Amino acid sequence: MEIEKILRKHSPEPENLLNILHDLQDAHPENYLPESCLKEVASYLNTTLAQVYGVVNYYTMFSTVPRGKYIIRVCHSPVCHMMGSRTIPGILEQFLGTGMNETTADGLFHLEYSECLGICSIAPAMMVGEEIHGPLTEESIEKIITGIRARENKNR
Amino acid sequence: MTEEKRIVLGNTGKINPERIEDYISAGGYEAFNKAAGMDPVDLIDEIIESGLRGRGGAGFSTGMKERFTSEACMRCDNRYIICNADEGEPGTFKDRVIIENDPHIFLEGMLIAARAIMATKGYVYIRGEYSLAIRRLEKAISDMRRKGLFGKNFTGSDNGFDIEIKKGAGSYLCGEELTLLESLEGKRGYPRIKPPFPAEKGLWGSPTLVNNVETFACLPAIISNGAGWYRSFGTEKSPGTKIFTISGKVKKPGYYEVEMGTTLRSLVYDLAGGMSEGSSFKAALLGGAAGTFADRSVLDYKLEYDSFKEMGITLGSGAVIVMDEKMSIADVLNSILRFFEHESCGKCVPCRVGSGQLLLLMEEIMTGNSVNWEFTGRLVEQALFMEKTSLCPLGQSHILPIRSAIRFFPDLK
Repeated sequence: MEIEKILRKHSPEPENLLNILHDLQDAHPENYLPESCLKEVASYLNTTLAQVYGVVNYYTMFSTVPRGKYIIRVCHSPVCHMMGSRTIPGILEQFLGTGMNETTADGLFHLEYSECLGICSIAPAMMVGEEIHGPLTEESIEKIITGIRARENKNR
Repeated sequence: MTEEKRIVLGNTGKINPERIEDYISAGGYEAFNKAAGMDPVDLIDEIIESGLRGRGGAGFSTGMKERFTSEACMRCDNRYIICNADEGEPGTFKDRVIIENDPHIFLEGMLIAARAIMATKGYVYIRGEYSLAIRRLEKAISDMRRKGLFGKNFTGSDNGFDIEIKKGAGSYLCGEELTLLESLEGKRGYPRIKPPFPAEKGLWGSPTLVNNVETFACLPAIISNGAGWYRSFGTEKSPGTKIFTISGKVKKPGYYEVEMGTTLRSLVYDLAGGMSEGSSFKAALLGGAAGTFADRSVLDYKLEYDSFKEMGITLGSGAVIVMDEKMSIADVLNSILRFFEHESCGKCVPCRVGSGQLLLLMEEIMTGNSVNWEFTGRLVEQALFMEKTSLCPLGQSHILPIRSAIRFFPDLK
């Protein structure tokens, strides 16, 4: 069982909770933490589901609702904001046919806002999965999205 | 023409960050070997003598912090060392640059500091979004284990020393040292009341040294070359070099390591290539969101902790965000207040309620055609109230950008 294998990589100490949640979420094809999974974490760490849920709920990187394979994090913190990030969500929504905090119908992309990603020298910037991109323009966004779609179609 | 002086970034671009052998060939871990043979008290004295000050933003003496941690609670079994790599201050990305390009330099610094305070275990708390940095860090630490760097029993711990990675998960506040401890223990990122400081009661109540990535990365060169050598760079009260990250309307945004005391003008015009085509300098936001605005009158001031503080400007973590004349101060201030409102954890009332109130006031200002003095007055008043009553540095920070924006740009335009 996948969940158990991931849990066993960490010793059952409460301090490992965040690392465990990261590993579980990364391993889930929809990039989220279902309740059944949190229950197993709670039992592994000998704590309550409420305790685990409280932690999951605090941190913005964790989600309890299904998301897409690629999480698109659009930075809207002060530097990206002043460099023109407010147009980025609209462009992405148009290319992807979905809104912010939503997932595309094919389950490939999930759109989110993010606070400063530490890539301010290429503002306005975003992360797609683990990759960083910027400075963003309508053209560069189209290229990034079509590139990933083409790669995914090939692997299908 | 000012040039970079690279001490911390000396290996950047020259070695493969994923090969410990490259780092060792470049003289890496020699400083650690020297430190491991030194008496911890002498080691701390050397670091105090160097005048190194914390590069995370507060600018407190690194050596003094080590002394406090090493002298606290002589009966405690555990003593921890933590590297704060939870870089989240808007405009700051120096720690990412260090970890991605030369992870061993700050890890060696951690080993040196671990010897100084005789730490039993080390942690690197790194923000979860830094994927590449995390991968390089994992590789670096496993290479250190393979090379036997932890096995020398240099801190007197029976179980040997080790460094573990803890990932954050998207919380600006967790970069605050006491909140970081809560998060590292696997809890929600709620701040603790200070004092006690981590040096006295830190991780699981034990003495703990928390330093920034860049601070640790300064230590190898200081130990190799001595405090006197380090003091030959920078200014009397702020010795050494500092990495500044420049963003905004300049030709070459990026990271630059310069001697302390360099002027903002040289940073912007010599190193970052000057203003972008068609732009002229209007303002800089120094130190990030929890930083201060300044107009062109500060271009010739020297970048160092004390002289900046005297002028009511923060140097912070080294973020320099450059604005041109087309940008509106009110718009950027609004963005900062939105950021704070999102990151406020909600534990204490002044910050929870106040950060929302400030945003509402700011929106009122934004919708008016001219700045309403009544509103700006209330903005300052509320932020001052928050500064006095909030539990942690987050709620105490709103006043910094607000007061400085109004001081240099009374019409907020």
